[in-house]
Formats: sequence, structure tokens, C-alpha cells
Amino acid sequence: MGELWEGMRQAVWLVVTLDPDLVEISLRSLRVTLSALLIASMIALPLAAVLTVQRFRFRRLTVATLNALMGLPPVVVGLIVYIILSRGGPLGVLGLLFTPWAMVIAQVVIIVPLIASVAHQSLRELWSEYHDLLISLSTTKRQRIAALLWDGRRALLTAALAGFGRAIGEVGAIMIVGGNIEHVTRVLTTAIVLETGKGDFALALALGFILIAMAIVINFAIHNLSRTETEGRW
Amino acid sequence: MKKMMCGAVAWLAMAFGLNAAEMKMAVTTSFHNSGLSEVLLPAIKRDLGLEVHLLIVGTGQALRLGAAGDVDAILVHSRKAEEAFLAEGNGTYRREIMYNDFVFVGPGSDQAGIRGAANAVQALRQIAGVKAPFVSRGDDSGTHKKELSLWLEAGLQADGFDSWYRAVGAGMGTALNTAAAMDAYVMSDRASWLNFGNKRGLELLYAGDPVLFNQYAYIPVNPDKHGHVKHDMAIALEGWLVSDTAKELINGYQINGEGLFVFNAQPR
Amino acid sequence: MTSILPLRAEGAELRFRGKLLVGPVDVSLGAKGVTIVLGPNGSGKTSLLRMLHGLECPSAGQVRWAVPMHETFEKQAFVFQSPIMMRRTVRDNLAYPLRLSGVARAEARDRADHWAARVGLQDALDRQATVLSGGEQQKLALARALIRDPQVLFLDEPCASLDGRATREIEETLVAAAAAGTRLVMSTHDMGQARRLADEVLFLLHGKVQAFGPARAFFDHPPSAQARAFIKGDIVE
Repeated sequence: MGELWEGMRQAVWLVVTLDPDLVEISLRSLRVTLSALLIASMIALPLAAVLTVQRFRFRRLTVATLNALMGLPPVVVGLIVYIILSRGGPLGVLGLLFTPWAMVIAQVVIIVPLIASVAHQSLRELWSEYHDLLISLSTTKRQRIAALLWDGRRALLTAALAGFGRAIGEVGAIMIVGGNIEHVTRVLTTAIVLETGKGDFALALALGFILIAMAIVINFAIHNLSRTETEGRW
Repeated sequence: MKKMMCGAVAWLAMAFGLNAAEMKMAVTTSFHNSGLSEVLLPAIKRDLGLEVHLLIVGTGQALRLGAAGDVDAILVHSRKAEEAFLAEGNGTYRREIMYNDFVFVGPGSDQAGIRGAANAVQALRQIAGVKAPFVSRGDDSGTHKKELSLWLEAGLQADGFDSWYRAVGAGMGTALNTAAAMDAYVMSDRASWLNFGNKRGLELLYAGDPVLFNQYAYIPVNPDKHGHVKHDMAIALEGWLVSDTAKELINGYQINGEGLFVFNAQPR
Repeated sequence: MTSILPLRAEGAELRFRGKLLVGPVDVSLGAKGVTIVLGPNGSGKTSLLRMLHGLECPSAGQVRWAVPMHETFEKQAFVFQSPIMMRRTVRDNLAYPLRLSGVARAEARDRADHWAARVGLQDALDRQATVLSGGEQQKLALARALIRDPQVLFLDEPCASLDGRATREIEETLVAAAAAGTRLVMSTHDMGQARRLADEVLFLLHGKVQAFGPARAFFDHPPSAQARAFIKGDIVE
């Protein structure tokens, strides 16, 4: 218990004093994960919509594959991204290994299947509701996708939220591809691993509390956004 | 709302600011855990205007990063592995910078009685004799390699040990955490031990045998093999690491009033 | 404006997994009037309307308009038995078909407001369509179907679960639309409604067209024993 209280005390202290390292690490965590979320959403949401409205030969297989990829072990993703981005790998010339972009790429790979699967579930429901109407209005495929994405935005926000939750708390992959370099690729989760390694549990816990608090704040923010949406303000 | 979104996107899109004068160096966990880098890096930045990004890994991985050209230089402590690295043409040469030493840490009760051991090898024989729990790094790091070579010198095969020998496959900190939790013996570099915050019942039980000295060497990655490495910066950094400024900082670095490193770079 | 009518079904039938739902149907719908599709449950009314509208492709035979199919897309519309509400405001539901047709946002908005007023929803413009009452939803669905000014409007039992007042309001809107030249093809269970609205009756039984002709003749001189029983309100099998 002593360690937990000490961790709490330090966490409060670090937040209250806006510890510059803590602020820097937290902002970097947010930035990496939000970038990954933005890119992943731009891939996953249209993909989910296309899978919903488009009948094609391997559709079922694709959906099943996406569902299976949801369980992709982050460490393996990290390893593969590492090998690809390493100087000897196919994309080595880009020099992205051990930069924040490598972490963004790994997180995108991890959360695209998750967001696409969750989004597909809810879009399929919406599509069965809208199907007759949109066919009757003789919409094009593109217009159907647009209508589903727009009218399903609340559910899609939830899908993105799930992706955010998974990405911000992820450590295995970004540790491998980011390298946990101070001031460059050190984020909340990798910093926690480092502090634990130093036996500095109090600081590790403090960082952990910040991570949890951040996840909660973002969850609330998104929840609020989706509430204003039901009232039709935007 | 829209304005906020645009702002957020712009913030994300901004390149994750990287300076031009920067290089990547792979270092061992034990070096980083010592805290010395927090003294050296700001001084390097001040003197050379050079931002050194540290990748903190085991010696084994540090060497692989160098061989793949993913870093510009490495600072490690495992002579045999370093020489093999050079023999394969991965680095230009090896420059010795400093040394610290390894220590044996264990529970205060010291069931194997290594406090009075005549030398390091004798201490290990005593531990194996009573099958006292022992935590090994098991991660192909310099410390791990050193430990294995000592068992060999003691005439014992580490891979034949029973369950009292625990290879954790992790960095020094994790190994120390594990030892603290299990009341086990463990071999650590002195720096990691002094900086370690979760000692519980562990105490420093044996140190001082010259065989435990731990030589750190600096190796720039071979620019002939990897054209993109920042060789100029690697050379500049080497020049600084063997300078008098570095000598003062390294020799003067203390934790709890104890010196950790001994500068021993030779001028060329 | 060229008319997309007449609409001809020639040997058109619709099957689902081999089972015949409706057909073969051979009818021709002329340029004007209100056709009421009658028949007991399961007689194929919904299937017939969906096939004529183009929601389902005939399994055999064909459904032909006076112009190529793609030219009819924006000139026909459908009102479903249970209204499909988009998860948007009333105004956005109304504006949606117009926006699809490339009408500018401001104009679409004006026309949406105008149509909302015509069906008595002017005070609900900014409400979510999904929270409206059943009657309000069906009025909205009707207005949304009429907003592109279709030449032909199909309605599948639009008043099936509505109270008298909502039914009357919908009928008024339908009469006005018919007077303005919209061709109506509508199924119903409500014999009174059929008598009030029909110019022409199509009587279906077991997927087959039992009778098709002027409404007055159908009601005054039912062409068959089943038709007579059906008009009286007896159970027809």
C-alpha cells in the first residue's frame, strides 16, 4: 500500500507543478496516438463503409480477416514494422525507425482492424435500416457510403474511441519501433516501463495515473461530443 | 468547432520536430541506469551543439542495431562481441572510454556466505553449492555475457542449472526487481545497483575482484557499409568523449558519495 | 417534361429462393390517376410494388417504363409501410433527396421548410426524425418522397398503423399530389380509403392479378366471388 500512496502523492505533485518532463511526455503520447487515430480512421471508416455496401467475392473473407486481425499481438506488429523500417528493410531508406512516425505507423497497423471491425458492425446495422430507402432514392455507391458515415458518426466515434484506448495504452510495439528515446520517442507507456526498470515504482505509478486520467478525460470529451450530436447541434 | 478541429489537425501534422544536428547512439541499459548520460548529454549539447539520442538496449541488440545501420555509433561493454562486430566490418574501430565494475548483490542473510569469498569465481561456486536462488539477465547483454563467462571459469555450465537459476530475459532493472522480490542473488553493474530504488532486503555482498571490471568502448558504425550514417558526428562525439571535459565529468560522477566510473581513454 | 409513363409489366414475376411471391403480372399503368392495389395478406402487394418501383429485379418477364430505366430514377418515389427515418433532423431528412439531385444547400433548405409546412411539421424542423410519433414520421416520409416532385409515387400501406387523424392528413396530401398530376400506386387494407382514393383497382390473390380496372366497376360489380367477399370484409383464402 505504501508504494501506491507514494505513487498517488507524486502523481498529484507532478500534475500540480506541471512537471515539464511529464507535460512533454504526455503531449507526445497524445500527439502520436491522435495522429495514428486520425490516419487509422481515414483508412478504417471508409473501408468499413465499403465492406457494408459493396457486394464482392471475398467480402465475407475480408470481414472475417479483419475480425481476426483485431487480435493482432502488438509485439508482433512492432517486430514486423521494425524489420520493414530498419535500414536493411524495404522502407529503410526513409530513415523512419526510432522516430515518432514509426510509432504512428505501428499504432495505425494495430488499430485499423479494430476500428474497421467495430465500425463495420454498427454500419451494417444502419445499412439494414437504410437499405430500402437509399436504393429507392437511387443513390450511388459513393452517396450511400457518405450517408452511412455521416448518420453513423456517433457509432463511428465509439469505434475510434476503442482504437484510441488501445493505441494510447500500447507499449510492446512502440517500444520496439520507437526505441524509447528521451525527448524524441519517449511516451507515457514506454516511460513507465523505463521507470519500473529503475525500480522507481512511485514515478512509474505517477505516470500510470496520468495515463489513466488522460484516457478518462478523452473518453468523456468524446462522449460529450456524441451527446451534442444527438441533440442536432452539428 | 471547425476552428478547433483545424487547429488540432495542424498540431498533429506538424513534423515531430527533429533537429539537423542529431545522431543516434545505442547504449546499454547499465550505462543508462547509472544516470551518467544525464550529465554527459547536456554537456555534449553545450559543447558540440549535438543532440545525441540514446537507444537503451542490451549489448546484443546494440550491436545488431549498429550492424543494420539503424544507429550511428554504439557504446557497449563486451569485448569479445565488440571484436566480432569489428571483424564483420560493421564498425570502424573500438575506442575504450571508461570502466566501472560488477558487483554481487543478494539477500542480507547471505545463505551462500559470499561476503567472505576469496574471489568472484569462488563466490559463484558457493552460490551454486547451496543452490541459492540466482537471477540472471538472460538477455544476451554485456552483463549477461560477463556472468556466463564467470560461471565457465568456475567450471560450471549455466544451462545445466535447476530451477534455482532464473534467467529473466530482461534489463538490469527488471533483474534487480526480480531478485528483490525473490530474495535472490544477482550480478549487477555497480551503477545500476546504486541507482536502483527498490532494494528491499538486497545488499551489496561482494565486489573488488579485477575480473569484475567492466570496460566500456565506443564504436562508430562503419560509413563504408552504411552510407547514411552520420559519421562526422560520430567522430565529433568520440573526440568529446576522450576529452578532458569528459574525463572530469566521468571521474567526478558520484552516487551517494561513491564514484562509479573510471575514465581510461588513451590519447592516440 | 417527358413522361416516364406508361409503365408496363410483361409476364413479370418475383421469386425468393424459388418460391413465387407475385406474378406473372401483365398490367399497364397509364399516365394519370390513382391505382389502389388490394388483396389479402400475403397476396403479393408489397412484392408487386417493390418490383414495379425497381427495388427488386423481376425473376422472369420484365417491367418497362416509357423511357430507359435510369431516366426514371429521380421521377419515381416510394413510401414504405414502416417509415425509414434517417438519423437526422426533419429538415435534413427532407433536404436529403434534393441534395442528392444536386440542389444547392440554401434552396434545398427552403424547399424542405416549405414541404414540412405542407404536412404540418413546420414546428418540428429541427427535431430528430427518429423521435417523432408514428404519424409524424409517415407524414415526413411522404413529404420526403414528394419533394423531388415525382411523376409516379408508390405507397405500401402507408396508413397501416396510423390513427384516423394522421390517415386523413396523409390522404389530403395524396389527393393534392394526384390533383397536381402525380401518378399514385398504393396498396391498402382499408376498404374505405380505397373507395375514397381509387380511380383504378388492382386486386391480387395468391400473387396473381384477379382483377384490374376502373374502381367504380370493381366496387359496384365485383368481377369474382372472392372480390365480392373481400370487399364485404370476409376472409378470403
